[in-house]
Amino acid sequence: MSILVFVEIAEGQIKKTSLEAVAYAHAMGGPVTAIALGAADQSALTSLGKYGAQKVLHAADEKLNKEVIQAYASVLTKALQDEGADILVLASSSLGTPVAARVATKIGASLATNVTELPDTTAGFVVKRSIYTGKAFAKVTLSNTKKVIALKKNAAEAKEVGSDVAVTPYSVTLSDADFATKILSSEKATGEVLLPEANIVVSGGRGMKGAEHWGILEELAKTLHAATGCSKPVSDMGWRPHHEHVGQTGVKVAPQLYIAVGISGAIQHLAGVNSSKYIVVINKDADAPFFKAADYGIVGDAFDVVPKLTEALKAAK
Amino acid sequence: MKILVCITHVPDTTSKINFTDNNTKFDPTGVQFIIGPYDDYALARAIEIKEANAGTTVTVLNVGTADTEPTIRKALAIGADDAIRINAEPTDSFFVASQIAEHAKSAGGYDLILMGRESIDYNSGVVHGIVGEILGLPSISPVMKLDIEGTTAKLAREIEGGKEYVEVSLPFVAGCQEPIAEWKIPNMRGIMSARTKPLKVVEPKAVDSGVKLQKFELPPPKGAVKMISADNVAELVTLLKNEAKVL
Repeated sequence: MSILVFVEIAEGQIKKTSLEAVAYAHAMGGPVTAIALGAADQSALTSLGKYGAQKVLHAADEKLNKEVIQAYASVLTKALQDEGADILVLASSSLGTPVAARVATKIGASLATNVTELPDTTAGFVVKRSIYTGKAFAKVTLSNTKKVIALKKNAAEAKEVGSDVAVTPYSVTLSDADFATKILSSEKATGEVLLPEANIVVSGGRGMKGAEHWGILEELAKTLHAATGCSKPVSDMGWRPHHEHVGQTGVKVAPQLYIAVGISGAIQHLAGVNSSKYIVVINKDADAPFFKAADYGIVGDAFDVVPKLTEALKAAK
Repeated sequence: MKILVCITHVPDTTSKINFTDNNTKFDPTGVQFIIGPYDDYALARAIEIKEANAGTTVTVLNVGTADTEPTIRKALAIGADDAIRINAEPTDSFFVASQIAEHAKSAGGYDLILMGRESIDYNSGVVHGIVGEILGLPSISPVMKLDIEGTTAKLAREIEGGKEYVEVSLPFVAGCQEPIAEWKIPNMRGIMSARTKPLKVVEPKAVDSGVKLQKFELPPPKGAVKMISADNVAELVTLLKNEAKVL
């Protein structure tokens, strides 16, 4: 039973969550075929072998440089047929999740998104999903032969288990109907750690008192190689862009470490961070509810504590 | 123009989540139910489009049991013209999407099918994609901006680290999120008129999605927070390094 893994590319490189998807499929028992669509760095593709792919397909058609959901779904459906694969594994994301929806419908697969663990196959095929915005989990049986599994971050650990493999070019036939949605342009932060991918996130709230004070958080984030996030009021007031909003109606993050500065910890914000492994809260109000959800807390003024923390981290390196 | 807005009936965002019946059923005790926050954005944008385009109708659809009718009435009070309730427990995404697609076909199609990017109970984020695939329509999500000029729509879609500007011809399916529109609060006139607006109950189509719930689980309780003095920030670094091992 071969497993196809769709890997996403960001700035030519394989996204970390996609490496986790390859590792997940490998841990399921493979054999694993990874497929990348659009322009990608060839050495990044060959390195997929290290994470458990036996075979790497690359559909380099330049039409696929734009991430059009319907076109991606058509290519992956064809690749599943060509590879004789019954299972598609991918990372849940703004691209992966809608693509999973369309592929599952095309092939009549059982579909699960936000999957957090390897399947339990002792009785059927049971996966664990994150639900209620991280407040609970559901164990569901996927009973169809064909399955599409979209992973939440950290469902598997991307680790080296093999060696480089050669990349096989994969040619595709694309129809105009696949491109009914036209991508006109995009605005994308470059050279930054992407928030949903980050191992460490530094977030600021209203306690930062204004967009002009973000420099100290950016400095801390840079020291930690972290992404920056913010609370909802901060993005509502336009201090930070919407794609940095962490919470119930924003990005849900699952980093190893989440550092919240000047965020009181409304339940809607906690919903976006409750999958974090460790949470540090820095707030001058000792009664801030966020401390109850934290592993480590410092009561203090952000403008005093944050620069000191950055210095201490630099000194400890 | 005919617009369909699909809404979910979900626990308020501040709800504590509990389960009953040996962790196989959601416990609604003390929980307030609302229109899904993302669906509420979709509804608000649909009403704005209706207000700007004479002759536009907005139909709301919910897959749910009779318990969801107050939520549906609220959507009518906000400004939808009529409502459909598919009389079934919304067990999984493929089931719900199949009901929506079935209704859209039987209603002779819609120019625009809007819903939230995801429900805040199961968080799947796939219903719009499945509906699009079944009906052979483009699906776009998560949509932050939606403008319609004639038969063409211009949208902004959020992507990791930024956004993407997209053009598509009607009809299509969209999963919406902020800041597509401001949530609308029903006024007294809306609440009064909602009581008499048509709400049709339809029995579901049989669908086997190949997904079956076994059990719910709650995350393990969080340990106590360790407080560190603001004068001893280096101790935090030591703890993160040696205890949490995240640096």
